[in-house]
Amino acid sequence: MKSDPIQFSRKFGQIKQNWGLYTLLFPAVVLTLLFSYKPMYGVLIAFKDYSPALGIGGSPWAGFKYFEKFFNSYQFSATIKNTLVISVYSLITFPIPIMLALMVNQMRPNRFRRFFQTISYMPHFISTVVMVGLMMILFSPSTGLLGNMYSLFGKEAPDLMGSAGLFSSVYVWSDVWQHVGWDSIIFIAALSAVDPSLYEAATVDGASRMHKIRYIDIPMLMPTAITLLILRVGGLLGVGFEKVYLMQNDLNITSSEILSTYVYKIGLLSSQYSFSSAINLFNTVINFILLIMVNQISKKLSENSLW
Amino acid sequence: MGVLETAPKGNAGKIKKNRSSDTIMEIVMYVISATFLVILIYPLYFIVIASFSDPSAVAGGQVWLFPKGFTFDGYKELLRHENIWIGYWNTILYTVVGTAIGLVINISAAYALSRKDLVGRKYISLFFIFTMFFNGGLIPTFLTIRDFHLYDTFLVMVLPFSVGVFNIIVARTFFQTSIPGDLWEAAQIDGCGNLRYFAQIVLPLSKAIIAVLGLWIAVGYWNSYFNALIYLKNPNMYPLQLILRNILITNQMQSGMGTGEAAQIALRLANMMRYSVIIVATVPIMCVYPFVQKYFNQGVMIGAVKE
Repeated sequence: MKSDPIQFSRKFGQIKQNWGLYTLLFPAVVLTLLFSYKPMYGVLIAFKDYSPALGIGGSPWAGFKYFEKFFNSYQFSATIKNTLVISVYSLITFPIPIMLALMVNQMRPNRFRRFFQTISYMPHFISTVVMVGLMMILFSPSTGLLGNMYSLFGKEAPDLMGSAGLFSSVYVWSDVWQHVGWDSIIFIAALSAVDPSLYEAATVDGASRMHKIRYIDIPMLMPTAITLLILRVGGLLGVGFEKVYLMQNDLNITSSEILSTYVYKIGLLSSQYSFSSAINLFNTVINFILLIMVNQISKKLSENSLW
Repeated sequence: MGVLETAPKGNAGKIKKNRSSDTIMEIVMYVISATFLVILIYPLYFIVIASFSDPSAVAGGQVWLFPKGFTFDGYKELLRHENIWIGYWNTILYTVVGTAIGLVINISAAYALSRKDLVGRKYISLFFIFTMFFNGGLIPTFLTIRDFHLYDTFLVMVLPFSVGVFNIIVARTFFQTSIPGDLWEAAQIDGCGNLRYFAQIVLPLSKAIIAVLGLWIAVGYWNSYFNALIYLKNPNMYPLQLILRNILITNQMQSGMGTGEAAQIALRLANMMRYSVIIVATVPIMCVYPFVQKYFNQGVMIGAVKE
């Protein structure tokens, strides 16, 4: 087929005929090349002693010097551990939006359900900055809502924002609060695709609501859930910078310094470009390997996979 | 599966038994969802009433269900801070321009990729998807932006990161499933080219996906602070979120006020402003969602994950 001249000229004709489609693709392709692929070439500085005067190409090679520096630094095990704790903890909360969707699906389509759904989406629209600001205000042991609730019972509130031990819990559960409603939308949509005659047949066969959830709803959600789960596991070391960085302070830094905040501090605040890039590259490669592994496992076990 | 198989034997009795277990379940469900609703709403409601209350009453734990010492001082204080309004204006600008650019780029690329007769479709898709899992990282991207002289410019806030691969996949799925293929064949016979077909026939049929992507992109721009933190130096270009970060989290408003009565008042007002600024920053973007909500039910999201 490859060397068939007729096939070839037919393809060429098709390209020529569809030039409009390539025009539509052009802006996205150019931007991706410039701002995603060009920086990938810049990853080379992880293996170089980068100096801005010499540029990426001209800087001398450093081999794996910066990787070794990271592996040997005291921050290595700390940042990896903190990153893993937060992401595995978040992963455990993965079923919560599914449970919410199953519950919403059981509600009769009335006003309460609509109100419930609208309210549950709302926190999703709060920005990270406002969210963390909100937490700092509400969780303040002396003047915050939480502090005042504790003092109603004559007790002293724990300092949630200034505790290393509680950092991951505060991070993960505030995330659940903010996004559980939104994350459930996709599952509610999947459930709305269930053929109603299935439920009717199940009722005739004497199935209770629990049975219907167990044998109709949950199997219906599996493909969506597994796809999303694969993506989550593939991003295990990719805990976002934005929220953690805002929540960091001197009191919780021992458990809040994660890979992405460390990369930012080393790279942009103390200008060690090569070192920072090496840490980041290590992070990306691990994530990439994880994604491929999980995808392979899922393919074997459940015939669901990303590719 | 045991239940469904054995069900026909004692059907009538079973259905009766299940009715009562269903009633119990329904009660439990409504209790859970009502509790959940309170946990979701109360913090938001509290911020609203706190913003209208006397700050010392808020800090002293006297505000629970209604505002105490009703006042607009928090909002009046906002008006005095010019940088908030500069930030507000900047955010509106970045959001409007960024969303327009993002929609044009992603929707057109997605449409081209949805067409099965696009030669090289698989490779172009891969070209985009690869960037979801592998990227240059912070420093190489930063260096690229600087090399293109985009650092500290308006353009860096709206253009470089406007290609959203996930958005493209979602829109592509939408086009594949909801624009009938024969439509293009008919248009072609009438001598209509790809670009005209896209603009005059496809786009008017795609309001749902335009609304959904528009919402996603706009919320992203409105709420982000990361790009501004990294790529902007000039405070007059700061978006609202970066200014909020100074007010809510790093508390820069309070530094350099000195001591004495004047400082006490300033501190009081700064504390008050924290509530009103949250309201002013969050309400506009939350108000957009109800207008777009109906489109989320058209199965836009589910297709994305199945693909």
